[in-house]
Amino acid sequence: MKLKRLGQQEVVFAIFAVLFAIFAIFLPGFATTQNMLTLLQNVAVLGILGLAMALIVIGRGIDISLIAALAVPPGLVLQMVQDGYSLPVSMVAAVALALVFGLVNGWLIAYAEVPSLFATLATGIFLAGFGQAVLFKLDVVQWSTGMNGFERLGQGAILGIPTPIIAFAVVCIVVALLLRQTRIGAYFYAIGDNPYGARVTGIPSRPIIVLQYVLAALIGCFAGFVLAASVSSMPTRIFNSTLIYDVILVVVLGGIGLSGGRGGVLNVIIGTLLIGTMLNGMTIMDISYSGQNLIKGMVLLVAVVVDSFLNPRNEETAQQGDI
Amino acid sequence: MQETIVRLKARYWPDHLLGEILSKRWTETAIPVIVLILVAFALSGMIDNFFTPAALSDTARQAGEVGFVVLGMALVVIVGGIDLSVGSMFALCDFCALYCLNILNWPVPAVVVATIVCGALLGAVNGFLIGYLRLRAFITTLITLIIYRSAYDLLLFGNSVKIASAMPDFPSWDFLGMGAVFGIPSVALVYLVIAVFGHIFMTRMRPGWHITAIGGSRRSAYNSGIAVRRTIALCYVASGALTAIGALFFAARLGTVGGDVGIGLEVTVLTATVLGGITLGGGNGSVAKALAGTLIVLLVTNGLTTLGVRGGFNRMVLASILLVAAIVDIRWLKNRTRIISKVYVSPTYHFLPPPPSTEVGKGGPFEQNDKLRDVTLIGEGRIEAPEDVILDRHDNLYAGSRHGDIIRFLAPDYQTMEVYAHIGGQPLGMAFDRQDNLYCCIGGMGLYRITPDRKIEKATDETNRSLYSVNDDSRLRLADDLDIADDGRIFFSEATVRYEMHEWPVDGLEARGNGRIICYDPNKGTTHTVLRGLKFPNGICIASDGQSILFAETFGCSIKRYWFDGPSKGKVEVVMDNLPGYPDNINLASDGNYWLALVGMRSPALDLAWRMPGFRKRMGKRLPIDEWLFPNINTGCVVKFNEKGEILESFWDLKGVNHPMITSMREHRGHLYLGGISNNRIGRYKLANADPDFVQYDRRWGKQS
Repeated sequence: MKLKRLGQQEVVFAIFAVLFAIFAIFLPGFATTQNMLTLLQNVAVLGILGLAMALIVIGRGIDISLIAALAVPPGLVLQMVQDGYSLPVSMVAAVALALVFGLVNGWLIAYAEVPSLFATLATGIFLAGFGQAVLFKLDVVQWSTGMNGFERLGQGAILGIPTPIIAFAVVCIVVALLLRQTRIGAYFYAIGDNPYGARVTGIPSRPIIVLQYVLAALIGCFAGFVLAASVSSMPTRIFNSTLIYDVILVVVLGGIGLSGGRGGVLNVIIGTLLIGTMLNGMTIMDISYSGQNLIKGMVLLVAVVVDSFLNPRNEETAQQGDI
Repeated sequence: MQETIVRLKARYWPDHLLGEILSKRWTETAIPVIVLILVAFALSGMIDNFFTPAALSDTARQAGEVGFVVLGMALVVIVGGIDLSVGSMFALCDFCALYCLNILNWPVPAVVVATIVCGALLGAVNGFLIGYLRLRAFITTLITLIIYRSAYDLLLFGNSVKIASAMPDFPSWDFLGMGAVFGIPSVALVYLVIAVFGHIFMTRMRPGWHITAIGGSRRSAYNSGIAVRRTIALCYVASGALTAIGALFFAARLGTVGGDVGIGLEVTVLTATVLGGITLGGGNGSVAKALAGTLIVLLVTNGLTTLGVRGGFNRMVLASILLVAAIVDIRWLKNRTRIISKVYVSPTYHFLPPPPSTEVGKGGPFEQNDKLRDVTLIGEGRIEAPEDVILDRHDNLYAGSRHGDIIRFLAPDYQTMEVYAHIGGQPLGMAFDRQDNLYCCIGGMGLYRITPDRKIEKATDETNRSLYSVNDDSRLRLADDLDIADDGRIFFSEATVRYEMHEWPVDGLEARGNGRIICYDPNKGTTHTVLRGLKFPNGICIASDGQSILFAETFGCSIKRYWFDGPSKGKVEVVMDNLPGYPDNINLASDGNYWLALVGMRSPALDLAWRMPGFRKRMGKRLPIDEWLFPNINTGCVVKFNEKGEILESFWDLKGVNHPMITSMREHRGHLYLGGISNNRIGRYKLANADPDFVQYDRRWGKQS
């Protein structure tokens, strides 16, 4: 068989290309430079979160608490500045909070051996509750004058390219370098591919897992900065939204299997592009929010079903305990 | 003095119970239940009127609604999946119920059926995708979560006002929502019925076992022929239907369709499932766990709401409990077997006086000799582990083997060997009854009989369960040797009720009276235990009076007599004690005396260790099992004793060349046939002055004078 098997990556990319072509032909105002930039800008935060999630998923974990890391530390910056602290001090406090949060996540998963789904589910709820009960006065943390200049991270442009896109690109490059060029990146794949094997070969898997969650929390925090800067406030209720599901979909749809050890930055970009194109096209077509979600869900379902036919799993190849 | 304390402690302190309790499966549920009790206590301490009937019935209503969803989630998690779409399904079912009732004006029974069908269909979509198309549960139900939710939002858009404005008035509908029987809310009653059924379904019925098997190992389940795909799909259908039932009661109670119905429900339900101790990845879980988890979550959330805690604190507390419970539960599940293996072995005090001498030149009945050096060998290298041997009147020789067969060597030269019967467990003691059935104790299986036409029949594999035993001692773990009374009753020994067959030396380390003697009556088909608390009862032989049995207690180093009939019925008497070795099988000799095999000789080290339970307990905890001090079974002997308990003669193979290890012996036509459980041969020893026509069971049943 010379025929190269189509991976999920190729399938999703094909769907993206077809969708893009259809929109470009039939939707007036879609294939313009301006719209392209808007499209990218809208999905930049989603893409950055997708990269954080990708780091975890490659290591055979999942991080439900990313939205909390996105909402709470940046919210803390806004709140502290509002309360009179300087911006740098607030930033340091926020990053420290994200760092501690990542460490706790990592410790729970690597050392206490709580399944990542539940550990992050709980820590996410905890951090969101902590923000709500202790840190913030209002659900939407307001912008204050001390923050001036910071909004350029979300609303500015360099060489005509909006900064969120640049932020996404920078994180893409950093994560790609980490995964492909460093030993630690290779460890991520090894642990995701076979945790026990990785441990036996002498990889310090527990510290590496902690590092994954710390990195994810920091990237999530960065995504939060971009988000806060672009909307000039921090709507902490975002934790209650289905954003985390979108993030997981970006990652899984892009072809990073939840069983770990596969995929990379390219997959996140493809996943983000597909979601971005769909959302943008549907917004231009003026479909309601629920309708958009419905269509998005259907497309995702088709993608996953097609993938299951191209890369079938059966009782022999499925991994035990792999949900 | 100190030894007295040790002896009293070993005798009266129920040390062995801890390991037995821990090895019960229900102790897995212990952690969630303890957490539940702690939470309830803490909350009732903080809140007044927490346990009033009104508050309880309110909690019970909510617990019922969420409880149904948790049951569905538990089912799906046990089968190895996850269902994130329960929240959206809940919302859609809620809508379905109210739409049918308020807008279509259907009667209540039709609404109930329609809602459950709706839930089952929604679940069937998941089930089809995950079970038959084998998509990943997590990602699939994530997608259906979004699809169902947006469908609900779209449906709500056109109908919410109409539903809200309608005021249905059905007493039966109100009963669903607010009714109660004897103060117990309707929803709790229905939940109770379904939960009890669910428990029976999961623990006592075939589909339930299939579900657990698939969750435990999907591949093995598939390979053993379970319809994996259909079972998985049906689990999701059940999850949908259970969610629908929960939604039905919710709809009846509140009657609203809001935008936030069921949002985040999957998190609550998942929390309850994990808190209950149902392991992600499948294969482990129960209805009781689901119930415990549900109650913990609801008590905590309700309690915090009552306390007037801000939303954020509420979440923090819930998350902390989830985390702590998960950590404790994981540690507990992970280390449970290790803890059990550490505490299960529970040595006791066992004192034996110094043994009589066996040394050459010291005299005495046990004086070592080399009589057995001259045995001829049968089946050398062809048979493994013949624990017992027996011969029929045609001189054919039968012996058990490690492979689960009864092997027959054909007379006269015993060169031809055949599998007489394949049973599957290791045959131990054997005896012929009046009708020439060969009765045989099978280690790990029970008492079996092979008819003369070689049909294998189970005689018995269980006895009455004793009331105060923690371990279920109704099954026979290690039936060892037997003999048959004149009226056909079979008395057989079970060496230990605490260990499996291959762990029998550990029982010797424990030296507790774990064994028993059991009577099986083939005429009535009944089995009952006649004697308990024996130290590894082993060989059994009907005594010459026909009213009593002689039995050997291997680790008691004694032979005792038990009267099962006659004037002394029920009495136990010591025939011989303080033997220099561990007695095994007892059989009749042609001169009316008895043969006894000593499987191994005592050693001063173990004799001393038996007086030091603490020492042996430490050994069990700190050393790997292959470094423990075990009874020696490398060399032994055959002795002949009379009814008064006097040793008449002993037979040794001092050099250990031909037949060092002996577990049984059978006299037959002037020869003694020797079996040994670790041997690869059967020995045949020519007896001087023996009856050349003696066939044990022909003499026994009067077919031979």
